[in-house]
Amino acid sequence: MTGTSHLTRADIEEFGRELDKIREEVLADLGERDARYIRGVISAQRTLELGGRALLLASWLPPAWAAGTAALATAKILENMEIGHNVLHGQWDWMRDPKIHSTTWEWDIVCPASLWKHSHNFVHHTWTNVLGKDRDIGYSVMRITPEQQWHPIYLAQPFYNALLALFFEYGIAIYDLELERVPSGDKSLTDALAQLRVVAGKARRQIIKDYIAFPLLAGPAFLPALLGNLTANLARNVWAHTIIFCGHFPDGAEVFTEDRLQGETRGEWYLRQLLGSCNIDGGPLFHIMSGNLSHQIEHHLFPDLPSNRYAEIAPRVRALCDRFGLPYTSDSLTRQVGSVWKRVLRLALPGPRQRPPAATPPARRLHAVA
Amino acid sequence: MITSAWPWVLGSLAGAGRWLSTPLSPEDYLGLLDPLWPAGELRGRVEGLRPETADAVTLVIRPGRGWRAHRPGQWARIGVEIQGRRHWRTYSLSSPPQRPDGCITITVKAIPGGLVSHHLARRTPPGTVVRLAGPEGEFVIPEPPPPRLLFLTAGSGITPVMAMLSSLLAGDIPTGRGTAKASPAGAPAVHAGRPPGHRRGEPPDVVLVHSAPTPGEVIFGERLRRLAARSPYLRLHERHTRSAGRLGPADLAGLCPDWTQRSVWACGPAGMLDELAAEWTGPVDRLHVERFAEPFRPVAPASGTAGGRVRFTTTGREADADGATPLLTVGEEAGVLMPSGCRMGICHSCVGRLRSGRVRDLRTGLIHGEAGDLIQTCVSAAAGPVELEF
Repeated sequence: MTGTSHLTRADIEEFGRELDKIREEVLADLGERDARYIRGVISAQRTLELGGRALLLASWLPPAWAAGTAALATAKILENMEIGHNVLHGQWDWMRDPKIHSTTWEWDIVCPASLWKHSHNFVHHTWTNVLGKDRDIGYSVMRITPEQQWHPIYLAQPFYNALLALFFEYGIAIYDLELERVPSGDKSLTDALAQLRVVAGKARRQIIKDYIAFPLLAGPAFLPALLGNLTANLARNVWAHTIIFCGHFPDGAEVFTEDRLQGETRGEWYLRQLLGSCNIDGGPLFHIMSGNLSHQIEHHLFPDLPSNRYAEIAPRVRALCDRFGLPYTSDSLTRQVGSVWKRVLRLALPGPRQRPPAATPPARRLHAVA
Repeated sequence: MITSAWPWVLGSLAGAGRWLSTPLSPEDYLGLLDPLWPAGELRGRVEGLRPETADAVTLVIRPGRGWRAHRPGQWARIGVEIQGRRHWRTYSLSSPPQRPDGCITITVKAIPGGLVSHHLARRTPPGTVVRLAGPEGEFVIPEPPPPRLLFLTAGSGITPVMAMLSSLLAGDIPTGRGTAKASPAGAPAVHAGRPPGHRRGEPPDVVLVHSAPTPGEVIFGERLRRLAARSPYLRLHERHTRSAGRLGPADLAGLCPDWTQRSVWACGPAGMLDELAAEWTGPVDRLHVERFAEPFRPVAPASGTAGGRVRFTTTGREADADGATPLLTVGEEAGVLMPSGCRMGICHSCVGRLRSGRVRDLRTGLIHGEAGDLIQTCVSAAAGPVELEF
């Protein structure tokens, strides 16, 4: 572990208590303003989707095609990122609204919510960045940290990462089936097949909706409408892939070994979440479009706090990191994307055996708050 | 032929709508236009408010699609949002089912410390959309109604009886003795017993004994007095307890000598209802009571009554519970979507199946429960580790 050796056990627990305090304060303050926020986002998203789909009915006109596709892509991004991801995290369960609840929500991608909740909420958020435990490190197909052993297959990873970006929703669905656990007997074939059937059923409905039903409604504009739906889905996939890869894979994000989990305290858990996550700088609209995963650090510290609160608590988390001399990794989207792709390209090749020492992270990534 | 094709057309449209709106439902989009549309989650809109007393208000609610007409005396569950959180309570429907405007009413008395009652009575402007469920309840008048009835009510216990009275006196509850609704001109005033000259189709003979602290605190006071003045079939006795004291069984015999020969519907504080049941000498099936507005007082846990780990098996959520917190609250705090209603062990809206473990009834302190039992989560606490199907 780097950059934290100056902290005593007591320091780390104090750090944890301070974060607990922020969490308690937000929980106690949740109310009408938050409920209005999520309902507003949902209404806006559904209106935008209806508008986009209506425009695509007339998509033989190029401006209608462009506007409709843009609206639909935006709606799909909102639906997945700011609404779906966060609702499925249980961020809005406190409202007790069965229509906006993690146990009832289903989202507009191929991967069924139930599968994703297990692999993401439980596996990834509990074992964040722990090698051998967090399957999200490279999504089991990529070498994203030098600690992962090199294999010739990784030579192709720049290519299949690009492919993954385009078809991200299918990638996630297959990934969440955890098929690699079947040969070892860790997961039964019956379970895997049953889940596969669920995925296939959902994929069928998604495909019929976007590529058959709505294009048919467009009548003579069948083909442009189909292309509009395809473009919107691909755009959403690439955007989601980009934002998500910036969460844990840029330089500055640390990985951990399993021994660290032994007797891990609350404070140490918080510390691991902080060191393993990276933020992206941007304005309010960017934060919404990223599902507030641009506040990946705050999200990992408090996965079930409503996303509209992350921007509000970010300065306090930063100040806390500053007080304890801890890195708070945040940078622009272009820099973070560049950093991720540099890694994907570099680590396609063997080595380096050890990461360069990162005891003092580069100054430009440290935004200390006075 | 055209009419017989409609169901098919509508069915096909609904089917197509589901394909187009997957993974949501068409209602999720239609709700953007009209919040009353979604029938999957029944809603109502508050259309008007009518103050009844200083602390009681009648809310006129237009139910959305999917509401089925209630029987007078039944209650509904109302879900409101307070500070962003959904809260459910049960309220008697105070309107007869056939209101000309198609609305229903509930009459809410703001009780001290009552979060939901205060919100409904004081901070619910017209236009507010509420969630609805129901109607339910067995506190109803059979069809045809018995010829002689006694309503015994106190406080907001008048609300279900108001709906019954309105229906009875309007002749909306079929009497099975004809269809005439108008009362004969110059009919003699009602005395105890069947009115002289009772004819087919006439409303039954009704005595209403209602208690409230003062005349000004009688909910529906004006309307009741008007009804009694106009209708030869209704005799109203108001008991103003601040000046006249509480009504005892002896008073009742004085006011309505044949009360044990009547069919009785009673609604009010638990003490009054218990007393009534104790004094009742008539057939059991003629005494109908509805209990509400009296939050239960939890019995202090006996020493050594620890709670336990509670697992909600459907959602997989878990929480630690002490032996005094209702499982309903434990579930709500763990983020489980728990159905709820009266929160005092009356309406059974909150029941869930016990998978394993035992629970303590907070009203009696009794420990009970076997795997497969349906338990009321609002009045049950964990007695050791518990698994519930939620």
